[in-house]
Amino acid sequence: MVSLIINGTAHDFDVEPDTPLLWAIREQAGLTGTKYGCGVGQCGACTVHVDGAAVRSCTLPVSAVEPGQKIVTIEGLSPDGSHPVQKAWVALDVPQCGYCQSGQIMAAVALLQDNPRPSDEDINAGMANICRCGTYNRIRAAIRLVAEGGETSRG
Amino acid sequence: MEIAHGPSRRGFLAGAAAAAGGLALGFHVPFPASAAAQTAPGTSQSAASAPEINAWVVVRPDETVVVRIGRVEMGQGTLTGLAQLVAEELDCDWARVTTEYPTPGQNVARNRVWGNFQTAGSRGIRDSQDYMRKGGGAARQMLIQAAADGWGVPAAECSTSAGVITHGPSGRTTTYGKVAAAAATLQPPAEVQLKDPRDWKIAGKPLPRLDTADKTTGRQVYSMDVKLPGMVHAAIRDCPVFGGKVKSFDAAQVQGMPGVQRVVAVGETGVAVVADTWWRAKSALDALSVEWDEGPNAGISSASIAEMLREGLDAKEAFVGNQAGDVRAAIAGAAKLVEAEYGYPYQHHATMEPMNATALFTGDRCEVWTSTQNAEAALATTADAAGLPIPQCEVHRTILGGGFGRRATSHDYVRQAVLIARQMPGTPVKLIWSREEDMLHGRYHPVTQCRMVGALDAQGNVTGLHMRISGQSILAAVNPQALQGGRDPATFQGLNPGGTEGVLGYSIPNLLIDHAMRNPPVPPGFWRGVNNNQNALYLESFIDEMAHAAGQDPLEFRRRLLVNHPKHLAVLNAVAERAGWGKPAPEGVFRGLAQHMGYGSYVAACAEVSVSDEGKLRIHRIVAATDCGHAVNPQQIAAQIEGSFAYGLSALLHGEITLKGGRVEQENFDSYPVMLMDEMPKVESIVMPSGGFWGGVGEPTIFVAAPAVLNAIFAATGKRIRKVPLTTADLRRA
Repeated sequence: MVSLIINGTAHDFDVEPDTPLLWAIREQAGLTGTKYGCGVGQCGACTVHVDGAAVRSCTLPVSAVEPGQKIVTIEGLSPDGSHPVQKAWVALDVPQCGYCQSGQIMAAVALLQDNPRPSDEDINAGMANICRCGTYNRIRAAIRLVAEGGETSRG
Repeated sequence: MEIAHGPSRRGFLAGAAAAAGGLALGFHVPFPASAAAQTAPGTSQSAASAPEINAWVVVRPDETVVVRIGRVEMGQGTLTGLAQLVAEELDCDWARVTTEYPTPGQNVARNRVWGNFQTAGSRGIRDSQDYMRKGGGAARQMLIQAAADGWGVPAAECSTSAGVITHGPSGRTTTYGKVAAAAATLQPPAEVQLKDPRDWKIAGKPLPRLDTADKTTGRQVYSMDVKLPGMVHAAIRDCPVFGGKVKSFDAAQVQGMPGVQRVVAVGETGVAVVADTWWRAKSALDALSVEWDEGPNAGISSASIAEMLREGLDAKEAFVGNQAGDVRAAIAGAAKLVEAEYGYPYQHHATMEPMNATALFTGDRCEVWTSTQNAEAALATTADAAGLPIPQCEVHRTILGGGFGRRATSHDYVRQAVLIARQMPGTPVKLIWSREEDMLHGRYHPVTQCRMVGALDAQGNVTGLHMRISGQSILAAVNPQALQGGRDPATFQGLNPGGTEGVLGYSIPNLLIDHAMRNPPVPPGFWRGVNNNQNALYLESFIDEMAHAAGQDPLEFRRRLLVNHPKHLAVLNAVAERAGWGKPAPEGVFRGLAQHMGYGSYVAACAEVSVSDEGKLRIHRIVAATDCGHAVNPQQIAAQIEGSFAYGLSALLHGEITLKGGRVEQENFDSYPVMLMDEMPKVESIVMPSGGFWGGVGEPTIFVAAPAVLNAIFAATGKRIRKVPLTTADLRRA
């Protein structure tokens, strides 16, 4: 049995300790906004926050989550898509297929928390998530939009 | 996004069919709805109780307009664009437009009233626009007629605006929602006059996509996310050697592992573990040893394939794609000859969502939920794998987590899901491929080589060109009926002497473009841009080589050759002007050009790059132009242009699938890297629709991505890179 706090709710899951956090989120908690893309921490589609830091959940075993650590998924970022980063994504019509965008948004929120005025190089370093549709320039513009608006909030 | 399911209409349906000019009349066939379907996310009976004006348009009493979309959305914006076109002719309130997918089963039952579901070849809008616009226009006329009948006035005295019908003389008004039920009982009009695109108010505008919000909250349901009651999960391993089979496996080895329910053979080539969760299924599969019969292709390698293609470069026999004059005489009499050989590797689609499908087999019925670019083909695969007639099968579509051609022709993942579900009747089975399985079992961008021989006269004019392509045919593998006497016409994309799809822009008096077909036993597929990718790379690089050999400016050299093709020339001139060709570039920055025509559109690009003393390439800026005839949503066209450069430059910089021992050597993004944000250049789009034709958008600008950059690299370094990808190329100045 593993105890996890996801989006403010405590869960006890009957999973093996080596189960990646991604699959506990998707299959036990039933939250499918967090995506499977590669399983080896390369693509970032599975990005969630653990105590506010962006983490690739496909390579983090649930046994490595410390008791009391707070996990936030895309569903927990805001109840209604009103997080400033989500609003910027909508304003610039960022997604194409959209499959990577939960991870992109979670990575962007964490980046902006640490660095509310990121340079281009900061964005490159903080946003190493794969998008095969090629929305990178709109993602960059959306991050700039939030940074220029000067607002972000803790996810 | 809602997906229609179940009986959703009245008995009579001729509206869109009659209006669609050529589509057969639709008719009502009751559709049995399964209990499972109604509980699946992403499926609903949204329009079931609302009046269907015709196959394309449902108007609900609350004034919501549901536009039915036969093509599929995979990121390219087709869903929004087609809805714009229908809404334009319908003259409804855009803020109340929503969309839904009919199922392929419904399409079959209604005599294919929604036309072709295949979403490939950049055809989503251009091949649907006529009948869908007419569907919108016919529905508008029927709504007006219903209002006029109610008022007892001539329809000609009524007008519409944003879903409101007004009787001019009396000033009375009503709404589409109020007259929809009456309109649904009317005969469709015999004639529908479409608007002049110059009068468009909804189409042609840079409207936001209809599917953005759910993609920012995690609510968008992909087939990966489908949940059905009692569903179990399957992980699969298919023989990694192409053409190989399973020899043996010991199910008992993993049967006792947590959650494991079944270990099953999938056809002759695969083994699957079924468990209560996918992670448990995959964990058990990883622990299962399978012995393979590797079959006849175990000796295949990238080197052996390269050798096979090299032989084709010299082969006497080849299929002709384009021919003029006497190229051999021109080469024999040339003042100067230019010769070069190029190569383009296998590449993987690497959609972000790995292949997956959920299947429910109940003995006399089989239903599938999946991501597909061609739900009718997926339905055929389902029926075949289930051993059931098509009317007893159904496929429910979701939005795709990327397609790029991978999900267009081969529904191997659907077949496998059904084959597993057949072994567990009554239990829904979700099959998910691991990324490794996905990469090992792609439908790869075909491999080719090319030899170019160009003849110049003493003044540097091109007097002859022989372009010999050697390599793999996609159609020979996926659609051999489409071959013409063994020749694959699609091999010559963008190189054709005429037609409307992809015409060679250069007028060269003595020309031979031919193809020595060499088909290695590696499954090829359509891959965004398809054969245009290598054709444009080969030709546009070599045009630059000839310009250099002739001592001429690459823009002026192209302009002279394009004199007979003003649309090709116009996009080239547009990028040259915007990029500042002929004017000084920033310090250390060099430019390269390319142009091409494909999928009915004209595209060009100017790339700006720099190369450091250490040979490190940086792509700073791309200026790209497209003339797609009519532009339905310019901001989405700009998004497709940007995306094309991400996909095309990723292919140029990193994309290579290699083979050893008959199997693919790359298994994940660590060995098959793709472009990240730090390599993405600034992209300036010029959308310049000249009207009068409908060209594609999702693919065309990818053609010019690689050659424009390669030509800029030559300008920067003096080095001509003739092989993709650049991974091992030494770019230090010559």
